[in-house]
Amino acid sequence: MSIVSTLTRRTPEPDTAMSTDSTGQQTPMLDVRGLRKVYTSANRSVEAVRDLTFSIDPGELVCLVGPSGCGKTTLLRCISGLLETTSDEVVLEGKRVSGPPEGMAVVFQEYGRSLFPWLTVWQNVELPLKEKGLCRAERKRLTTESLAAVGLADFHSAHPWQLSGGMQQRVAIARAVAYEPNVLLMDEPFAAVDAQTRGELEDLVRALWERLGVTVLFVTHDIDEAVYLGQRVVVLSSSPTVVLEDVTIDLPAERDQLTTRSLPRFTELRAHVYARVQEAKAGAQSVATP
Amino acid sequence: MTTSIRRAARRLLLIAGLPAVLVTAWWLATANSTNFYWPPLRTILETFGPTWLEGKLTTDVVPSLARLGVGYVAALALGSGLGVAIGSSKTLRATVEPVLEFFRAIPPPVLVPILILFAGIGDGMKVLVIVSGAIWPILLNTVEGVRSIDEVLRDTAACYRFRTRTRLTTLILRGASPQIMAGARQALSIAIILMVISEMFAASNGLGFTIIQFQRSFALPQMWSGIILLGLIGVALSLLFRLVENRVLAWYFGQRNTQHSGA
Repeated sequence: MSIVSTLTRRTPEPDTAMSTDSTGQQTPMLDVRGLRKVYTSANRSVEAVRDLTFSIDPGELVCLVGPSGCGKTTLLRCISGLLETTSDEVVLEGKRVSGPPEGMAVVFQEYGRSLFPWLTVWQNVELPLKEKGLCRAERKRLTTESLAAVGLADFHSAHPWQLSGGMQQRVAIARAVAYEPNVLLMDEPFAAVDAQTRGELEDLVRALWERLGVTVLFVTHDIDEAVYLGQRVVVLSSSPTVVLEDVTIDLPAERDQLTTRSLPRFTELRAHVYARVQEAKAGAQSVATP
Repeated sequence: MTTSIRRAARRLLLIAGLPAVLVTAWWLATANSTNFYWPPLRTILETFGPTWLEGKLTTDVVPSLARLGVGYVAALALGSGLGVAIGSSKTLRATVEPVLEFFRAIPPPVLVPILILFAGIGDGMKVLVIVSGAIWPILLNTVEGVRSIDEVLRDTAACYRFRTRTRLTTLILRGASPQIMAGARQALSIAIILMVISEMFAASNGLGFTIIQFQRSFALPQMWSGIILLGLIGVALSLLFRLVENRVLAWYFGQRNTQHSGA
């Protein structure tokens, strides 16, 4: 991936980067233990997420997939500290999350609504770096590099609304990448772009992830996308959400749209995850009508 | 090239056409007028220069415009400031909204006698009258604007841990700016009206004061010329406003145009 070659891998090599505890086990980058979220209103309460436990090691790319309406977005908002949880432990780099933590960047599904329309592409990417307190030269370097990495080097002074949907989401990705997060959360980022663009953006995410060594949690309802992108796929049940299965995706690390998707193993994994998601749906119906 | 010239000419005709017709009609209708109350337009225009440009410009026009400027800017600062505070807090909004509706419903001119009691008859009172009327559209529009800022944009600002100052300037004020500007536009015309009215009650100078003086001394051509001057000031200020608006809301108009063209 030549376009991302300008960005340097920030995380040191695995043997020094990943701290280990006394048992020799690796400390997870993100640890979610017993996350529960109940929405309460005056006369009724709805349990959106019942009990969610999973963890992500440093440098992993994990996809969360589940039937539509399974509370994926609620979950992501809880993890990112945007939403108060009812009871949980979300631990990022050994620190409990309460409020949006440092070192985390989020790419939202609604690209058109997450970019500031009154700022240019450049300003949109640079602003979080200013807030982080980086000096001018550093901001310039990171903004230039990340916009080049997503293929938008020529669009610095455009406004987001002058770009196509796919390009807008690229700006949002560049903004997240320039921020140099330890964990990158992506909330169905490609749900609203067309199929061809989606393929390109998926490859972009894989390339950036490989290059930067960032930990990625990718939430999607698209089973193909989850299997294609992830090292692991965490399958969620219908709401109230629990983890159904944690599937390891043992596909080769080098992936591309044509060959990877036509591998027999890809089809197997896809079918497996698909079956679990269908079960989840059926389970929800049987719960609803006991 | 020729089409652009033709288009410019057409635009000019559209803008200037009706005013030209009206002025001509006025001119012709009053040309031979001997009616004391409707002097010929020619007479009015002849008195315009001597009446306003010699002396009264600094003694009356400038003080009026200064009070207007101070009152308008104060209303803008106060209205948008309070509007941001009220728009950001649900409890505050629920508490003050009924009261705001009440105050907004009071026609500001009736406040003039009361404000004279408190603030005397000096410049302070007149500025206060302007503020008391012009603040409402700005305040209420700002509240609406702040409330309608996109949830995803707020989340984005929270995720990237924007500082309070940046949140206020880059997210809230810019996000609410289309509504703030809509309020400011209404407030401008209200402020001009109140500038004149405040000077008609108790004053020793100003445009409103002078026009009333002319009327009372039966200097009708001068009175008419004052009315024309007020109209011209209104047009000039609204052009100035549009200039500022086009700069501040360039992104908003641009975005709206792309959405309308279906891109």
